[in-house]
Amino acid sequence: MTKNTVWVLAAILTVVGTLMFLYKWLVLGFPLYEKQEIPAWTVETTIRFDSGPGSIKVNLQIPNLTPGFGKLDHYSVSKNFGFGVNYAGGGREAQWTVRRADGQQTLYYRIVVYEDKGSQQSDTTPPFPIPPLINEPLRTAVEVLVAEVREHSADPASFTAELLRLINNPSPNSNIELILADARSSADLVQTMTTILAFARIPARMIRGLVLQEQQRDVTPVPWLEIHDGDRWRYFNPTSGDEGLPENYLIWWRGSDPLIQVEGGSNVVVSFAAQKNYLDAMAIAEKRAEIEQSPLFDFSLYSLPIQTQSVYSVILMIPIGALIMVLMRNVVGVDAFGTFMPVLIALAFRETQLFWGMVLFVLLVAMGLSIRFLLERLRLLLVPRLASVLIVVVLLMMLVSILSHKLGMETGLSVALFPMVIIAMTIERMSVVWEERGPGEAMRAGVGSLVVAIVAYLAMDVNWLEHLIFAFPELLLLVLASVILLGRYTGYRFTELGRFKAMGRD
Amino acid sequence: MLPSVKRLRNAGVLGLNERNSELIMRLNPRRFFPRVDDKVLTKKLAIEAGMAVPELYGVIDNQGDVRKFAQIVEGRESFVIKPAQGSGGDGIIVIASRTRRRRDSFRTAGGLLITQEELEHHISNIVSGQYSLSGGKDAALIEYCVQFDPLFEQVSYQGVPDIRVIVYRGYPIMAMVRLPTRSSDGKANLHQGAVGVGIDMSTGVTLKGVLGNDVVDEHPDTGASIAGLRIPQWDFILQSSARALEVTGLGYVGVDMVIDRNLGPLILEMNARPGLNIQIANGVGLAGRVARIDEIYNAGDDTATRARISRREFTADRQESLPLGDVAA
Repeated sequence: MTKNTVWVLAAILTVVGTLMFLYKWLVLGFPLYEKQEIPAWTVETTIRFDSGPGSIKVNLQIPNLTPGFGKLDHYSVSKNFGFGVNYAGGGREAQWTVRRADGQQTLYYRIVVYEDKGSQQSDTTPPFPIPPLINEPLRTAVEVLVAEVREHSADPASFTAELLRLINNPSPNSNIELILADARSSADLVQTMTTILAFARIPARMIRGLVLQEQQRDVTPVPWLEIHDGDRWRYFNPTSGDEGLPENYLIWWRGSDPLIQVEGGSNVVVSFAAQKNYLDAMAIAEKRAEIEQSPLFDFSLYSLPIQTQSVYSVILMIPIGALIMVLMRNVVGVDAFGTFMPVLIALAFRETQLFWGMVLFVLLVAMGLSIRFLLERLRLLLVPRLASVLIVVVLLMMLVSILSHKLGMETGLSVALFPMVIIAMTIERMSVVWEERGPGEAMRAGVGSLVVAIVAYLAMDVNWLEHLIFAFPELLLLVLASVILLGRYTGYRFTELGRFKAMGRD
Repeated sequence: MLPSVKRLRNAGVLGLNERNSELIMRLNPRRFFPRVDDKVLTKKLAIEAGMAVPELYGVIDNQGDVRKFAQIVEGRESFVIKPAQGSGGDGIIVIASRTRRRRDSFRTAGGLLITQEELEHHISNIVSGQYSLSGGKDAALIEYCVQFDPLFEQVSYQGVPDIRVIVYRGYPIMAMVRLPTRSSDGKANLHQGAVGVGIDMSTGVTLKGVLGNDVVDEHPDTGASIAGLRIPQWDFILQSSARALEVTGLGYVGVDMVIDRNLGPLILEMNARPGLNIQIANGVGLAGRVARIDEIYNAGDDTATRARISRREFTADRQESLPLGDVAA
């Protein structure tokens, strides 16, 4: 029964840990690697106009659904104007309002977006469009064109591609010339396309967006064609007929509505500027969690003060050391002092670096041990003897630090408060074993402790692991689950194979 | 070349992890541990149960009483000082005699001279908890030094050889003799270099020995053969050990006994976490014997019946336990 309980407990811990990990990684976008940076753009829209005598209302189309991008933040800079965001036909609108204003007005709208290849953000499926009313003789031209294109296509996508091919033919036939007679800009062209597609009962609309580069001023929105094939929205280059969106194309608004509508103002000028920079993936995840109102972030370690965070990044590695300890003791079967002494030694190594840590450790333990044996002759009681060892270790460390400084090696200086206590404890433990079980056993357990400490140190020193555990502390639930399972490991330890080798012969 | 896991399993070898989780944690409730970890208590319980134990001369359980030591050993030629909560034989000093030359000097079983002052320092260390499992306050026992039976004279290097019997749910399932060597400093502890010798449960005759993790059949110091020795009062030893279940409440316990020249088998101490080298000494795994007891376990068996069942069930197959190839060079 206990066995089953253990399995169930471990399974629950594993599932909970994994789910939390996957949610934070895939949904909130917590980075798996340290210092992962994601390209982000700040796009600034500047609106200038001369104010009229009455109240002013400005509506600006702003990005809503943006495939390939995630929205981090947006805000407006405007004096005296009230600011709000509404959902409208083409997506979202920013609205500025003021009772009265004098002279030229300037409004700014800034949005911060970051690259997010996984972001699909498809719109809902639209109804079939009502065939538009077109007057003769244009109507006949459109009918002929649609019939011709339908002949050469199989589905909405190929229809669109074929249509665009014909339209963009450098030597168009008379029907197309007639249809395109009024199309002066590429936006007009796309608008005409949507009319023809609507005539063919294919839902289509114009999208306009910005092609983001490193640093740009006066970016002009590029019109693009979007059709729905009954399943999902597809994008077409209106001038070449190729399917897909341009690289770094930020969809600003959809539909044929104008970018801006100003009531009570004139001489409206809108311009876009973009600036690329790199943001820490962690900061983006933080923002995103805030937008999604996920409690996981509020209760994550990133909400702690920086100094506490750095302490925790060390503390959170202790379970990894403990796991190593369990493996080394119960599966490999290495002899070591105490239960967690090697993990503490490994922590001490973090402050001194491995090589110098080992040198210092062996040196100090050897010196401390010999001093302890000198003290032994004085027949001191246990506690005063321990205290004497501690004092001697302090003096020895001081000497090591001064000497190494004089020799120009700075490592000795990093011997800190924490390693000192651990070394004093190790010396005491080792000398007791030495006396009672002989030097052989003491050396074996000493070397065993050192080996476990080195392995634990190496595992705890993996920067990537440290970051991973810090960003996803729920992974410690998996560590806990494995430790619990190892607690029910009743198989042989590796060293027992050697110990009982006489019994393995037949 | 290491043996495969499968091969050890087939030999019924019990590993540390399995011992800890399947035997100790299952059968030995923690609240009963003081009954074996505190030797003063063990002695008291054993006497109440009518078991033979070495006479207790005195207990020193605080630093102020350390000076009473001389008074306790007044007129005693030999005695043993041990920590009440020690483990693995740590902290035990065996005084074999007093020296002629100086009044306050003693001679250990290992032949070293030791002054009264040094002994008092040792007792003071014991009391302050140096050998205690928990590291807390401890007491020092001063008790009768067993005059060991001449049977083991040829196969011991000083010190007192003892007999370890593993008792599973009240049934003795395996036994060995532990012989002190020069390197174990007269202590009968396998970890410190003593030789363990397997015993045929049905007859009480010694089989072969183990030194460290290797099989031997001669004593490393005296060179005498350690196999084929008949242990006296074997049935009494088995019955006494079987009683350990009732005395301690522990289902998996190691009982350590010594054979005194005059007093016969005496119970020295009991252990709630007996070691596993006994398997090498006997050439048989414990797991198989544990499984056999589980099959035939009967809660109504009294100690005599349980001892008899052990003698019947666990006969050593001599051909298998002493193969020619296993004789150490």
